[in-house]
Amino acid sequence: MDAILQPFEQFFGPAWPAVWTLVKIVLILAPLMLAVAYLTYAERKVIAYMHVRLGPNRVGPLGLLQPIADGIKLMLKEVIIPSGANKALFIFAPILSMAPALAVWAAIPFADGWVLANIDAGLLYVLAIGSMGVYGIIIAGWASNSKYAFLGSMRSAAQMVSYEIAMGFGLLSVIMVSQSLNLSDIVRQQGTGWFADKGLGFLSWNWLPLLPMMLVYFISGVAETQRAPFDVVEGESEIVAGHMIEYSGMTFALFFLAEYANMILISTLASIMFLGGWLSPVGFLPDGFFWLALKIAFFLFVYLWIRATFPRYRYDQIMRLGWKVFVPLTLVWVLVVGVWMMSPWNIWK
Amino acid sequence: MDFKTFVFYFLSAILLFAAVRVITARNPVHAVLYLVLSFFTAGGLWLLLHAEFLAIMLVLVYIGAVMVLFLFVVMMLDINLERLRQGFWSNLWVGLPVAVLMVAEMALVLTGRYFGAEALPTPPPQPADYSNTKELGRIIYTDYVYPFELASVILLVAIIAAVALTLRRRKDTKYTDPSKQIAVKRNERVRMVSMPAEKE
Amino acid sequence: MNFTIPDLYPASAEIFVLIMACVVLLVDLVAGKSRRWMAYFLTQLTLIGAFAITLFTMDGRTVLTFANGFIDDTFSDILKLVLYFSVAVVLIYGRSYMAERRLENGEFYLLVLFATLGMMVLISASHFLTLYLGLELMSLSLYAMVAINRDSAVCTEAAMKYFVLGALASGLLLYGISMIYGATGTLELPGVRQALYFNSANSKVLVFGLVFVVAGLAFKLGVVPFHMWIPDVYQGAPTAVTLFIGSAPKLAAFAMAIRLLVMGLFELAEQWQTMLMLLAVLSIALGNLAAIAQSNLKRMLAYSAISHMGFMLLGVLSGVVAGDPRYAVPAYSSAMFYAVSYVLMSLGAFGMILLLSRAGFEAENLEDFKGLNKRSPWFAFVMMILMFSMAGIPFFVGFFAKFAVLQAVVAAGHIWLAVFAVVLSLVGAFYYLRVVKLMYFDPPADTTPIRAPFDMRLLLSANGLAVALLGAMPQAILDYCAYAFIGGR
Repeated sequence: MDAILQPFEQFFGPAWPAVWTLVKIVLILAPLMLAVAYLTYAERKVIAYMHVRLGPNRVGPLGLLQPIADGIKLMLKEVIIPSGANKALFIFAPILSMAPALAVWAAIPFADGWVLANIDAGLLYVLAIGSMGVYGIIIAGWASNSKYAFLGSMRSAAQMVSYEIAMGFGLLSVIMVSQSLNLSDIVRQQGTGWFADKGLGFLSWNWLPLLPMMLVYFISGVAETQRAPFDVVEGESEIVAGHMIEYSGMTFALFFLAEYANMILISTLASIMFLGGWLSPVGFLPDGFFWLALKIAFFLFVYLWIRATFPRYRYDQIMRLGWKVFVPLTLVWVLVVGVWMMSPWNIWK
Repeated sequence: MDFKTFVFYFLSAILLFAAVRVITARNPVHAVLYLVLSFFTAGGLWLLLHAEFLAIMLVLVYIGAVMVLFLFVVMMLDINLERLRQGFWSNLWVGLPVAVLMVAEMALVLTGRYFGAEALPTPPPQPADYSNTKELGRIIYTDYVYPFELASVILLVAIIAAVALTLRRRKDTKYTDPSKQIAVKRNERVRMVSMPAEKE
Repeated sequence: MNFTIPDLYPASAEIFVLIMACVVLLVDLVAGKSRRWMAYFLTQLTLIGAFAITLFTMDGRTVLTFANGFIDDTFSDILKLVLYFSVAVVLIYGRSYMAERRLENGEFYLLVLFATLGMMVLISASHFLTLYLGLELMSLSLYAMVAINRDSAVCTEAAMKYFVLGALASGLLLYGISMIYGATGTLELPGVRQALYFNSANSKVLVFGLVFVVAGLAFKLGVVPFHMWIPDVYQGAPTAVTLFIGSAPKLAAFAMAIRLLVMGLFELAEQWQTMLMLLAVLSIALGNLAAIAQSNLKRMLAYSAISHMGFMLLGVLSGVVAGDPRYAVPAYSSAMFYAVSYVLMSLGAFGMILLLSRAGFEAENLEDFKGLNKRSPWFAFVMMILMFSMAGIPFFVGFFAKFAVLQAVVAAGHIWLAVFAVVLSLVGAFYYLRVVKLMYFDPPADTTPIRAPFDMRLLLSANGLAVALLGAMPQAILDYCAYAFIGGR
């Protein structure tokens, strides 16, 4: 690897670190964008099969070029700015919702050592930057000067703040057992333990002892990304598309991309925190990025599965689930894990 | 000027600009957004000081939660700016000299060499595996456990006060009780009627 | 990491109150509306229990615990005992008033308990951080209590004013504290004092911080020119809450002044004494003059509170003469005597307003006291004692409190200050005596018989008699206050 990079390093001289970082960013974002594009395709196909339909099948073989066609269509359409809108904020909102969704990936480890910025408090960084995504939605709703958009952004503000608490507490128990905020360390810690020594690594991952927290985390994650059944923010049948109602063309596409990038992010985090990241489930197979991709794909499938299965929650039910069920549950679980770790049956030494 | 100093001045400039806009912006929503920007840049400045945990917490708690709710409220308010501005010029005659005087006094005191960078020793560099999150946790739960508990009691009081001042049970509100909804048995909803088959 | 469990014994009263507050919270939730008395009795039980704990753990030693964040000395013990007592009295006086206005809910008792806890923390603070947190705990509970009658516009306005100005004061205080921290490098009050003792340079920054600390303190004490909130809050809040605000927090504010200025910044006494002198002179002047113009008794008592706080500051500011702390103990104990006796009188005065109020009627105007002698000679007599004592007429407790403070002022060599204070308290006597005149020489405007619970009548009578009888043994109380400082500081 170093031998290949040597000539480039000489060519760029002192600017090399910056250039190399940019290259790495592109190496992360390009596949991510591709994954987002094909996630939309997968969504339509999966849901179609669940509904006993065919789904997209016209553009390219098996409809495989459909996302590309959609992308081109969105890029070519006109961006309409409503006359009563606050122009600067109206344009700024989609950017603000897209930027955090991409910036978060800096701290995500894809395999041992494959991470752009190995931050000590990586998990907190992810949560902090992730929590900024809500501004895009709120500002979009306000700047559109439309009632539906405003209602959508009000709902999203309340929903995001509520579920962030449950999510944070759910992750807290993971932090407690791994004694670290660094995502790579959290994965590595899951590779140790009694089962891992016996070659049955998947039983040492966090999902087994922290199963309730995994469920809480993933459900909160679904609510955070405002996907069905928590999609009252967009609520196509009641407030048309919520904050996105006035957007068209590329500005709309940015919201769309951000939403799907966030779905992938939640799935990735769930894989890293509870399913051992890049670790192989059994001792005789090597670890690697492949396993992480597989686990992400599993969670993404669950996303689509849930969407095809459950009806939308009513707004007060969402609030009730977040505040009256998840928050107390996670609080108690933090206590349980704390007591467990102090007891002689501590399995995370 | 090395890169770090450049970043410092860059962030400081944004921070100052945003802070000034917070109080000069005509639209309250803009003011809140500038406040968010100033929090974010302040977080950046803390990062430069190697206070990663605090910087991230500033973003997570203030930007991610507190300001969202703040924005939520400000967006719903219909603030009449013209009425707020009334009396601004007449009060300025009193306010401005006082403010100028205070700023001048502060400048006189604080520009002395006592608060200069030379007066404070540079902290020794920390090893690479130093985690200031861990250090903070250690000190909060040992030496500062008493203030920490007091802060939690204050938050409890805030909850009680908020509930006491805002919770109203209106008699005419219709709401459903989900636990009752779930507890419904089939027999309570469906009545099986056996009927003899009708013939034409 | 070496960590030992801190010594919890000195803070056992605080821990007890906190636990009981949580118990009250849960019990009231379960008991519901029909069994509100449970919250009331548990609250009283808490105060009695805390009283017993503080009394039995009082041993004259000074103990620091919680990494020097908490101090347990005689000063704190004595003040806490008075605090529990006054809060219990407030609850007895205020209960039927709150119940008649449908304001007697569990939150009221909870907020009282948490405010009490905040004051206890404040009284025992030996660290800027705990001092500030105690102050905030107390203030936050008080803001909510002022607003507790949420449907009343006057109430809400008072709460808003109190909240905004209180937050501003906290900001000033914190700013000052941060300056002092920057100059001394420590947040512990004894540490600050030590740092100041060994390093007297850099006083520029210190005085700068001191100005802000004194301003924040003045806000909390409610002395001129930081008094604007007092009349509005006193008038706007439900009278039972006014009674609370007018009594126990004054003790806490006094304790805060002593902790900050004497325990922490004693070496800067020359500077802060001058500042306090200005505050005291202005408060005594404005408080007494403005009170004359009031027709609302609550508002009148608010201005009288301003002047009384100014008087109390006279004691605090005469401790050090030309760098010589010889007069410190008598001066500070006279201020403490003043604070305690003021709390006693203020409890009685607001208690009288509560006694005459009934459902749908607030006896808060001066006219409402007209001809009280005809309606109830005994309570007119009690009110007369209270008013005489507040005016400083011999030989009630208020007179001796004023006398002790003036003695300290004269000992410190500020003769003109003493003369000024005496002249203005003579002016102030006018409006207290006006109340007496209304009660005895005017025909009653309202002839409804006075109805009040037995415990309240009994306690109010005892309160009035205490004001009269404690005047018979001022030296004993003064000695006790002095003991607080000798044992502690």
